[in-house]
This record gives sequence, structure tokens and C-alpha cells, in this order.
Amino acid sequence: MSGHDSGLGRDEILLEPVLVWGKGFWRTVAVLLLVIGWALFAWSHQLRTGLGVTGLNGPVVWGFYITNFVFFIGISHAGTLISAILRLCRAEWRRSITRAAEVITVMVIFFGVGNVLLDLGRPERALNVIFHARLNSPLLWDVISISTYLTGSTIYLWLPLIPDAAILRDRCPRRRWFYRIIAAGWEGTPRQHKILDRSISIMAIIVLPIAISVHTVVSWVFAMTIQPFWHSTIFGIFFVAGAIFSGIAAIIIAMAIIRKAYKLEDYLRPVHFNYLGMLMLVMSLFWAYFIVSEHLTAYYGAEPAHMAIFWEKMTGRFAFPFWLMVVTNFVIPVAILSRAKTRTVLGTVIASISVEIGMWLERFTIVVPTLVNPRLPYPRGAYLPSWVEISLMGGCFAGFILCYVLFTKLFPIVSIWEVREGREVGVRETTERVASYLPTA
Amino acid sequence: MPRWGMVIDLDRCTGCRGCVVACKAENNIPLSSPKLAEENRVISWMTVMSFRGGEGKPEERLELMPRPCMQCDKPPCVKVCPVGATYRDPEGLVAQIYHRCIGCRYCANNCPYTVKSFNYYTPEWPTELEACLNPSVTPRMKGVIEKCTFCHHRLQEKREEARAEGRPLADGEYVPACVEICQARAMSFGDLDDPNSEVSRLGKSSRAQRLLEDLGTEPKVVYLTREV
Repeated sequence: MSGHDSGLGRDEILLEPVLVWGKGFWRTVAVLLLVIGWALFAWSHQLRTGLGVTGLNGPVVWGFYITNFVFFIGISHAGTLISAILRLCRAEWRRSITRAAEVITVMVIFFGVGNVLLDLGRPERALNVIFHARLNSPLLWDVISISTYLTGSTIYLWLPLIPDAAILRDRCPRRRWFYRIIAAGWEGTPRQHKILDRSISIMAIIVLPIAISVHTVVSWVFAMTIQPFWHSTIFGIFFVAGAIFSGIAAIIIAMAIIRKAYKLEDYLRPVHFNYLGMLMLVMSLFWAYFIVSEHLTAYYGAEPAHMAIFWEKMTGRFAFPFWLMVVTNFVIPVAILSRAKTRTVLGTVIASISVEIGMWLERFTIVVPTLVNPRLPYPRGAYLPSWVEISLMGGCFAGFILCYVLFTKLFPIVSIWEVREGREVGVRETTERVASYLPTA
Repeated sequence: MPRWGMVIDLDRCTGCRGCVVACKAENNIPLSSPKLAEENRVISWMTVMSFRGGEGKPEERLELMPRPCMQCDKPPCVKVCPVGATYRDPEGLVAQIYHRCIGCRYCANNCPYTVKSFNYYTPEWPTELEACLNPSVTPRMKGVIEKCTFCHHRLQEKREEARAEGRPLADGEYVPACVEICQARAMSFGDLDDPNSEVSRLGKSSRAQRLLEDLGTEPKVVYLTREV
């Protein structure tokens, strides 16, 4: 486990994407920039004209942007939370997937927050939330918890990056100044290793409650209101579970693309997809439990304001997204993931794409049906997104993918030192640990 | 300190919508247009809601209900505003600071009475009307929330007048534009805490009711329900 000797042996392939920026990479960047450029055009149109260019109206004052905000912040639970849980549980299979997960967290938070800014009528006044902060607003709780989360997960991404950045500092002639900063004077001494291990463990413990608080607080933006179907105590845990659910799906999709694009089939192995698939199956069952609880209690109580929204979802204008959500979040993933035979790379990827669609629909069917059914006998609202909202949604996805791709071109997306540590120490430690469970006689 | 409130007698309301028009003229609310109406983005601080009561039953009939801001004593919109752009002043008026509002529309979401309007576009008036804007009322800009203020600029003006003449403000001296215009005299306005005011007298009626009272928002608009 010596820090930075230049020969990486069979792990050399992990550095390849960083050292060689091929044609495929530039082509991907070009396509993503096109989508982002179009989104920027749409955004400038919105800035000039006002939010009138969206589909928002009368009582339906939140739509795609807030849906995307909740969705992206949900995805961000992929990394930090899951990687922290796996680290703390000493799950040895985590080694080659943690970084791919942690990068999702940090990158996607920017687009979550970005969607709130897109949604503001006066984005240039956004800093009023600091100058005129009112702590009684759940939106301010969001500002606090998300910025804490962004800070925490950036540190948590950076710490395990240090030894790999040191390898690049010593190996890569270009951008040496950059890697020197990230590597923070890493020499790979035993003392440094000890401090690093310590720091990573401490950060893993710190980010867990922060991650849980983040999506709880996002749910409270809705739950703290007195609107029917939003004002619900189940929302906190429901949102956290949904976030982990969509987060796992995001990791699986990212891993599948990485292993194909960078030929890392030997590092991101079927077993990783199999284990993550099982985790996702558990979350799918949790999700179904929550959705039944939420709707059954509302239905049984049968308050008119609740029932208007309930029927809107079951048989009304939102029946299509609602039932599509049930199929994509429950029927498809459970059918695929409950059988070992279909819990393959391809199987888990299909289930993951289905879950991402379903979780986006879930956010949508939380935000909009309540708003189109105000309490008073006011004319009912309606909502259809405009081309601007759809373009900006596309732009956010493209922007996130671009940030992710750039990261994989600057750093090895599979942690080199952690994989080596697994080989050199992990195998022995695990054998010893298993032996310690057994009777000695 | 007064606690300003309104009483609306639904038995008297004819649904003429004079209050809606008076409010628009008084408060520099941009004119509506077929496009805005189709988009469901018309701004109106006062709306006459019309709906079928007791649908499908013998007592079915058309209900009319003028709906200004309820000026809640416990306003749910104020709680959720992240920048204090909507607040309750000491006399119970729920006000907006247009130049601080960031346009997040959280307040609009948490208003159970749906009284908040958002400026989806820059407000515009025909040139002839621009000269007729009320100088006492700030015109709004695109991207902010606005709503009924109980014409609180009128309170400031009347209070100045009374102070200049060295006398207290009389009951019925400060009234919003909608109350002033109401031809059917369905609306009255005054200090709910003054036992001699018209509103506190009417508020004692057995017909007095407040909208969605069970939500605990303590609205200061009292409705007198229909007797017939």
C-alpha cells in the first residue's frame, strides 16, 4: 500500500480515461453542450419575458422546476449516503463503486439548487434569503441543510481522492498544479494513512444525519403547509426512502455506462449490480408500503379537500402519471429484481431506468395535483409544461452528465488505492473477521 | 390599536362585481386580456366566486361570494415566506414588500383561500390609462406576488387627515375601495375591536361565519350567510 510508486500493474487501466482524452469524449461533450446551449437560450427567454413563458398559472404556481428540484436532490442521496453506509458496515464490495456514487451527490446538488433559482420570479434577489433571512420558513431550512450537505459531501468526496490525486500529480505532466492542490501533500506515509482513514470514518458518520436531514427538510417544504395531501407526517421518511431508492438507481446507471465506456468490466462486476439490485428491491417494497399508507389514510378519512386530490390521482387527470408511477416504481423493479436470474447487469439497468422515471413521476404527482385542487370552490387549475420548462429540464440533465463526464476525465472514477487496499489488506482482514465469528475450539 | 376587518352580507350581494372593478382601478392592477384569461393568469385582488351550492339536491342554487384577502390574524402565508416580504403589521393588516419578494410563490401555495396573484409578465397598461394610475399605490414588477391590502394606503391618508385636524379617526372613515363602491351595501369595514363599530355589531349576528375557520387562520373577513 505504498503511496505513489509509479507502476500500478493491472490497475493501470483505471488511469487511462484520465491520461487519454479520446474522440468519443469530445463527441459526448459536443452533444451535451448543444443541449445546454439550447437550454441557456430558453432560460434567457424566460429571464426577459418572465415566468409567463412556463405553463405555471393561477393556483398552480409550482410545476416542473420544483419537481426537478426534489428529484435531483433525491438523486444526490446516491452517493454520500449509500457510500457512507457501506463504508461504516465494512462492506468490502463497496471499494470500486463508492467514488462513482459520491461524484453523483456533489454534481447533482448544483442542479437541484439550480432548479429553485430557475423557479424564482426574481432570481437576482436570491441573496435576500441571506440578507432578510426568516428562520420560520422551511425554504430557509432547505438553504441551510443543502449547503451543509454540499460542503459535507464535497469533503467526503475529496478525502478518498487524495491518494489517487497524488498518483496523478506524480504521473500526469499536464494539470500538475491542479493535482498538487487536491493531493494536499500526500506522500503515503503510514501516519498519513492513519489520519486519512480516521477522517474518512468521521466524515462518513457526519454525513449520514446530514443526508437524512436534507431530504426530510425538502419534504417539509410541502409538509409544513396546510395543503391537503402535503400536510402529512409521513413525508419526511417517505422522501428519504424515495431519495435512496432513486439514488441507487442512479448509481447503477452510472456504473453501467462507465464500465462500458472505459472497459472496466473487471472492476464493476455483475456482483456489484446484483447487490445494489437487492438494495433497490428492498427500497421498492418500502416505497410501495409508503404509497399505500399515504393514500389509504386519506381515502378512509374521506375529507372532501383530500378526496378531490385522491380521485384526481386515481381516475382523474393525473391517473396516467400516477399509475405509470406505480408500474415503474413497483411492478417492473420488483418483477426484475426479485429473481436472481434477472438480477443481471442488464436487468438492474432496466429496473433502474424504470425507477428513475417512476421517481420523477412521484415528485410530479406530489407537487401538482394538490395545487390544481385548491380548497375553495375556485375554478380548478390545470397545468401543462411549456417548451421552456422542458428545455431547461433537458439542460439540467445534460449539465449534470457533462460535469460527471468531466470528473471521470480528471480523476479515476474507480478508487485506485482503495481497490489495492482491498487486495492487500481487505482480503486478509475479512478472513480474520469471519474466523473471529466462529467458535475457536 | 384597531384591528381592521370586513363584513360581507351574502344576502345583499347581487354579484354585480363593482367591487372587482373598483379594486382594479384603485390598486393599479393591470387590465385583464383574453390571453391572460385563457392562461388563467388574470390578477385580481378581489374576486366574486360563483359556484353551485348543494349540487343535485332540492336546495341547489348559485352561490356568490366576494373574496378579498382574509387578512388572517394567523396568516399561513407569512409563516412560510423566507425573506419576510409578506408580514402582518401591528393593526393586523397582512402586507407585501414588492421590492424584497424573490418570487418563490411559497406564500401562494400555503394560502388556503387562494388570494395571492403572481406577476407572470411585466404589468402593462394602455397609454391612455397610464396617466390614470393611482399615485398612492406602488405598481408591481414582473416576478413578484401581490394581493389585497385592504387598501392600506387609504388608512395612511385618512389618518394623516384626522391628525391634521386634531381628531381621532371616525368609524367608517377609512374603507377600502370595494366597500366604498358596493351599491347593494353588502360590505362594511371598520375596527373589529371597537364595540361600537358597525363591523363588530354585525359580527355578533347569528349569521356571522368565517371561511375555513377550522384551519385556525383567524380570518378578519366575516360573512353573513344567506337567510333565504
